[in-house]
Parts: sequence; structure tokens; C-alpha cells
Amino acid sequence: MNRFLIPLGVFALLAVVLVIGIFHSPDKGIIVSPLLGKPAPTFALPALLEEQRTVSTQELKGRWYLLNVWGTWCGECRAEHEMLLKVKQSGTVPLIGMDWKDDDVQARAWLVQLGNPYETVVVDRDGRAAIDWGVYGAPETFLVNPAGIIVYKHVGALTDEVWTREILPRLTGAAVKS
Amino acid sequence: MRRRAQLAIGAACAVLWALSASGLDTTVLADPALQARYVALTHELRCMQCQNESIADSPVDLAADLRNQVREQLLAGKSDEQIRNWMSARYGEFILFRPRYSWRNAWLWGAPGALLLLGALICWRIVRTRTTLLAQDPDLPEEDLRS
Repeated sequence: MNRFLIPLGVFALLAVVLVIGIFHSPDKGIIVSPLLGKPAPTFALPALLEEQRTVSTQELKGRWYLLNVWGTWCGECRAEHEMLLKVKQSGTVPLIGMDWKDDDVQARAWLVQLGNPYETVVVDRDGRAAIDWGVYGAPETFLVNPAGIIVYKHVGALTDEVWTREILPRLTGAAVKS
Repeated sequence: MRRRAQLAIGAACAVLWALSASGLDTTVLADPALQARYVALTHELRCMQCQNESIADSPVDLAADLRNQVREQLLAGKSDEQIRNWMSARYGEFILFRPRYSWRNAWLWGAPGALLLLGALICWRIVRTRTTLLAQDPDLPEEDLRS
């Protein structure tokens, strides 16, 4: 009896550990950004829709915003566009677009055709700002607080679920606290 | 016949080698020492989009941008460690193919040694109990013990 108790115990322990591992990794393949909880990387980039205007992270400070990295070459971005328009309509938080390694003319056409959910769109033509933000695949969305700290990052298309479960609580939670 | 086949295989190998050597990354730095560091670094940084390829092997746009960063920073005189830090500050340690030793993963590095020690301990105890059992056995002749 005793001979089997120890191996059985070890097996049970291993099974429990593995089951916990399986159920607690819903974000399999999603890499946690080291920038979470850190100040948003700075940039000063040209605005897509206003000629001669440069937008910097400095002027975005002081209020909540969502930075959405997109490009017309990105299929998932088209899929999330509807959701972005809904976010804009809700008026909860301004969307700042970062047009990543894209063609300006095509990007403008995209916004005319599908509607423009963004308050401002900055152009990252050579992809340097995106690298500073640790972007590795569009679309990516960052939630930045008034102090300029990145509090949440979502990789992939923004969905209703992500919006209500991850982003809204952070916004309203902060509103209640202050 | 055999000789011809050998020649054909040799030629095919040469063509393949030439193709692989031309590769997708044609960067050549003027300084051979820098070039060697460039090649080493781009092979130990992960392409975040394809994840199981290094940025040296990946045809993805982002990998090219990151290679570009490595080149620029090497030319600017940054050390390998500075470049690794720069990368992991943006993409996390996941971008490094060679994980670093740290307190967080110390148990992972230490576990094999600890398990080996545990096994040795168990082995030693079993051997000891058996020898004492044998020594206590009155039926056993003395010589058997010594052999």
C-alpha cells in the first residue's frame, strides 16, 4: 500500500499543477509587455489629417486616451474598425491612432471609406515609434492614464468583450477613486 | 555513372549554399568585428511576429526594422549587452533566445541539481539499509558480505 502512495501522491500533485496551468493561460501566445505600469514611450510624429502638425506624447498627457496601432495592410484592423467607431460614439475615451508603416494616401482613403474613429492619427512611417512601444503585430491598443502611464495593452482586434471587461472597468474605477 | 551523380550532387549543394548565403539579410558592415557581432546578435534575438525564428532568419517587416536597429546601435558604439537591454525593455525578455539567470527563474536552473542530490540521497539510504539488513542476517556466511 505504502509503496504506491508516494508515486500516486506525486502524480496527483503534478496533475493539479498542470490543470491549473492549462486553465490559467487563456492568453496563450500573448506576450506581456514590459511597458505595463511604465510611462508611455515618447514620440513626436506628423499628424495624418492635418498638414504641418506634429503630435507629441507630451500634449496627450493629462487625460485618458487609447492608442490604437493600425495600418491599411492589416486585415484584423478592418475587423476591429466597427468597434473603434462604437468607442468613439460612446465618448468615453479619445482614440489616438498610430498609422504604422503605411501609405498616407491609402490611410486617408481608409478613414473616409470606413469612417474616422480617431481624434488624431499620427504617422509612424519608418516604424520606430511602434518599436519603442513594443508593438509586434497590428492591431494593438494601449490604455494610457492622465499621468502618461500605460495601464493596459491589448494585442489583436478590439472587441466588445475586451472593451467591457478590461478597458471600461479601468476607466470607471479610476473615475470613482478620484 | 557514379562519378556523374557525385558531381550533380556537388553542384546542387553549391547552388543551395550560394542561395542560403545570399539569404534575406544582405547587410555587410565595413568592420569585420562589428559584422561578426551583428550576425551573432541578430541570431539571438527573437522575431516577435513569427516567434520561433530569429530576426536574422525572418522575412517579416518588423524583423528587418529590428535588424536595422541592431546595425545602427552597433555603429553608434553600443555594447551587445546595451542592445539586448534596449530590446528587452521594449519587448520583454521573451525577445532574447538565451534566457538570463535571475532570481525568478533560479529554481528552474537549480532544479536538476536539487533532484540529482535528492536521488543520490535516496540511493545512499537504500544501499545503507540493505547492507545493515545483510549484516544482521545470521544465515549469511562472512565471505559473501565482503565480496
